[in-house]
Amino acid sequence: MNAFVIPDRRSVLKGGGALIVSFSLRNAFAQEEGAAAPKPPGSLAQAPYLDSWIRIDADGSITVFTGKAELGQGFKTAFQQIAAEELDVPFESLKVVTADTGRTPNEGYTSGSHSTPDSGTAIQNAAAQVREILVAEAARRRGLPAENFRTEDGMVISPDGERFRYGDLIPAETLHVRARPKSVLKDPATFKIMGQPVPRVDIPAKVTGGAAYVQDMRLPGMVHARVVRPPSYGAELTACDSAGVEKLPGVVKVIRDGNFLAVVAAREFQAVKAMKALSAASKWKETASLPEQQDLPRVLTSLPSQDTTIFQRSDPSAVGRITIEASYTRPCQSHGSIGPSCAVAQLTDGVMTVWTHTQGVYPDRQGIAEMLRVPLESVRCIHVEGSGCYGHNGADDAAADAALIARALPGVPVRVQWMREQEHAWEPFGPAMVTKLKASLDGNGAISDWNFEVWSNTHSMRPGGAGSMLAAQHMAQPFAVPAPKPLPLPEGGGDRNAIPIYRFPNAHVVHHFIPAMPLRISAMRSLGAYHNVFSIESFMDELATAAGADPVEFRLRHLEDRRGRDVIEKAAQEFGWRKGQQAPPDRGFGFAFARYKNLAAYCAIASEVEVNSETGRPRLVRAVAAVDSGQVVNPDGLTNQIEGAIMQSMSWTLYESVSFDDTRITSIDWQTYPILRFDSVPESVEVHIINRPGLPFLGSGETGQGPAAASIANAIANATGKRLRDLPLTRRRIKDAIDA
Amino acid sequence: MMTLKVNGRDHDIDADPDTPLLYVLRDDLKLNAAKFGCGLGQCGACTVIVDGNAVMSCVTPLLLLEGKQVTTLEGLGTIEAPAPIQRAFMEEQAAQCGYCIAGMMMRAQALLQKNAKPTDAQIRGELELNLCRCGTHMRILRAVHRAARLMQTADASPAPGSAQ
Repeated sequence: MNAFVIPDRRSVLKGGGALIVSFSLRNAFAQEEGAAAPKPPGSLAQAPYLDSWIRIDADGSITVFTGKAELGQGFKTAFQQIAAEELDVPFESLKVVTADTGRTPNEGYTSGSHSTPDSGTAIQNAAAQVREILVAEAARRRGLPAENFRTEDGMVISPDGERFRYGDLIPAETLHVRARPKSVLKDPATFKIMGQPVPRVDIPAKVTGGAAYVQDMRLPGMVHARVVRPPSYGAELTACDSAGVEKLPGVVKVIRDGNFLAVVAAREFQAVKAMKALSAASKWKETASLPEQQDLPRVLTSLPSQDTTIFQRSDPSAVGRITIEASYTRPCQSHGSIGPSCAVAQLTDGVMTVWTHTQGVYPDRQGIAEMLRVPLESVRCIHVEGSGCYGHNGADDAAADAALIARALPGVPVRVQWMREQEHAWEPFGPAMVTKLKASLDGNGAISDWNFEVWSNTHSMRPGGAGSMLAAQHMAQPFAVPAPKPLPLPEGGGDRNAIPIYRFPNAHVVHHFIPAMPLRISAMRSLGAYHNVFSIESFMDELATAAGADPVEFRLRHLEDRRGRDVIEKAAQEFGWRKGQQAPPDRGFGFAFARYKNLAAYCAIASEVEVNSETGRPRLVRAVAAVDSGQVVNPDGLTNQIEGAIMQSMSWTLYESVSFDDTRITSIDWQTYPILRFDSVPESVEVHIINRPGLPFLGSGETGQGPAAASIANAIANATGKRLRDLPLTRRRIKDAIDA
Repeated sequence: MMTLKVNGRDHDIDADPDTPLLYVLRDDLKLNAAKFGCGLGQCGACTVIVDGNAVMSCVTPLLLLEGKQVTTLEGLGTIEAPAPIQRAFMEEQAAQCGYCIAGMMMRAQALLQKNAKPTDAQIRGELELNLCRCGTHMRILRAVHRAARLMQTADASPAPGSAQ
């Protein structure tokens, strides 16, 4: 295939006209040279040109670009608010373009609650600097000092009232200047759009049957493909008689490349039928390679590991009198997207365009280009929303599938959607983990020493290289799965939130990094923080009980962080938490807190759980959360994220574990992998926001999962008097604990 | 070839009789709202209304639909003139990714057509069959309650193309 370079926005502009930067602007925005020059904030540091983020056309239309992918978090609306606020234009007057390797900056993955801190911050600062350029230009034209000009409604207004439309002031090319390290941001007290619960821009189409997802794409001449995945990890295709399948109605092509097998048909259900026939016509050699499921925690702690002390603090003067220990486990868990992964790909004029719901268009482009053995420029990845992914699900694999199939049908758009059992069996799971804790209390009921060990793994096998994608692994000339690497602290991966935020005189935290995992694993929402916070916050309650202390008071006793104390106090107050409180019969109260990654948003959650003492069935009755995510952009969006965190984490915590036999994944649908249904939805969930005007955005997509899990576990312990330490806290396990 | 009545209009459909309704809606009629979730009748993302009842279109073959009236979310209202349940979901901002939402709305719509004033327990019981993964459940419940109120106050006559 010939390489073909996609003309990007900038080279088109260069071809269309000279770069026009007036002298005064050049001086005003000259970048300080030198290695020590401070970088502009957020993703502006990596993509410093203002026109990477904001474009103003002569007709006054404004486009904002982000390299992040809208996954249902609602940030597209939030970014529009940020840009409109700092540019001083009406909310409706601009549009936001999301992740597209042909148009937007490279912001890596949309993960780790980074979207608003990285991209939102970049857009805010870029918008402020663009507004300043517009004001400077209007002032230059009038020969007056810029200080007395103001902006309003997409216009710069001179002191005597002359109005300049933004589109008339500068050609778009003028914004091809580097951002300065510091911007003059608006005073939050004057915000009109930021801080408001602006309705999401994507919801109207989603509730009226508009085309909203990659699944809804219908390109002219598009065909439908289905993949026949191997029945288990490492299975080899030994025989496949596809002659019969090729004669089925509508079948366009059967594609076999090593262990990669797919069928293409004119219509979607024809493809599904052909897939079933192709599957029946295939013979696979399977290998029993999986451990005993119940034995997984023991397997984890016995696998080869790289052990690192990631935190150490010593104060020999603090002496413990009572010591307790406990171990907590988490199974593998599914992302469990409601819509199986999907992608559309088309090879046109030597360029493979892939429409995908990936979290990272640039890494996917790299992986797909490597897989197809073509230059990067010959692949373009465009993000289109899909079903919520909650981390690295099948999205990237489906993108690779679509590209590999579309290569065999030049010019024809190919849509691939996975089947339910493929998503469940082949997605990279949220990894199993084990933690072991040991701590001592001094004579005053304070923690004198703390020991925490976590056995985990990379928590990210995302693409970059082709070897992360199933299609590339299964090809006749396969790409090797890249060696797993630990994600570095301070954010960490398996050790995310392993270091306690509390102040203990002696503390020792060890990360046992396990490179090789028996199941396919990768990033699932909040990575190791979910289990580490569950462990730490459960153990804090165990220690509080040993100290005879109230759990909220006990946490505050060990916490210096002021903002952390504020969310704890807020959640406790709104819940009606009282020292010495007694829950009604068969009910319990629980509390938990964390600062996500110890550097992002703060979240505390109080909960009330009912446990049926006959059956063991737990039910979250109500939850009250307090969150501090820094400056709030859209309070309803933040509330929606925290509500969602509580509900999703409740589902993980009470119901979910991936099951398998010695060869195959056996949790392959919603009956074998049950999740939360409406009969277990609480009576109420309250979210209280502590806004921090003018402080950095902290992100909010993953802050609630850990605290929700521990809060529920603590409430179950409070209700039953029994401590459960192995996730999920199922009805059966609770019943067994009650009966024990 | 058979005639299928969808959203008040007759369509000539040329598909195998065992084809699930979902694929006919999406593939032949180019309707977006009903979604493929599992193909097994386990998640409800594909829910539509057939003769007033909520039905999982992914497991309902075409051959069972002769002479029946199929209503999809598109048949309730439009982005410019939303039906009460659509208004309610917008006003409550009852979506995160939104993939399950069309199915939720159709099941709720079928309930509200039969029972204009359902209790909270009745709504939960009815939605039991539909899965949401983002954790938007509290908002979905609020939206269904709001839809019930909006339907009470709305004009008693059905909106054009609605499932009456």
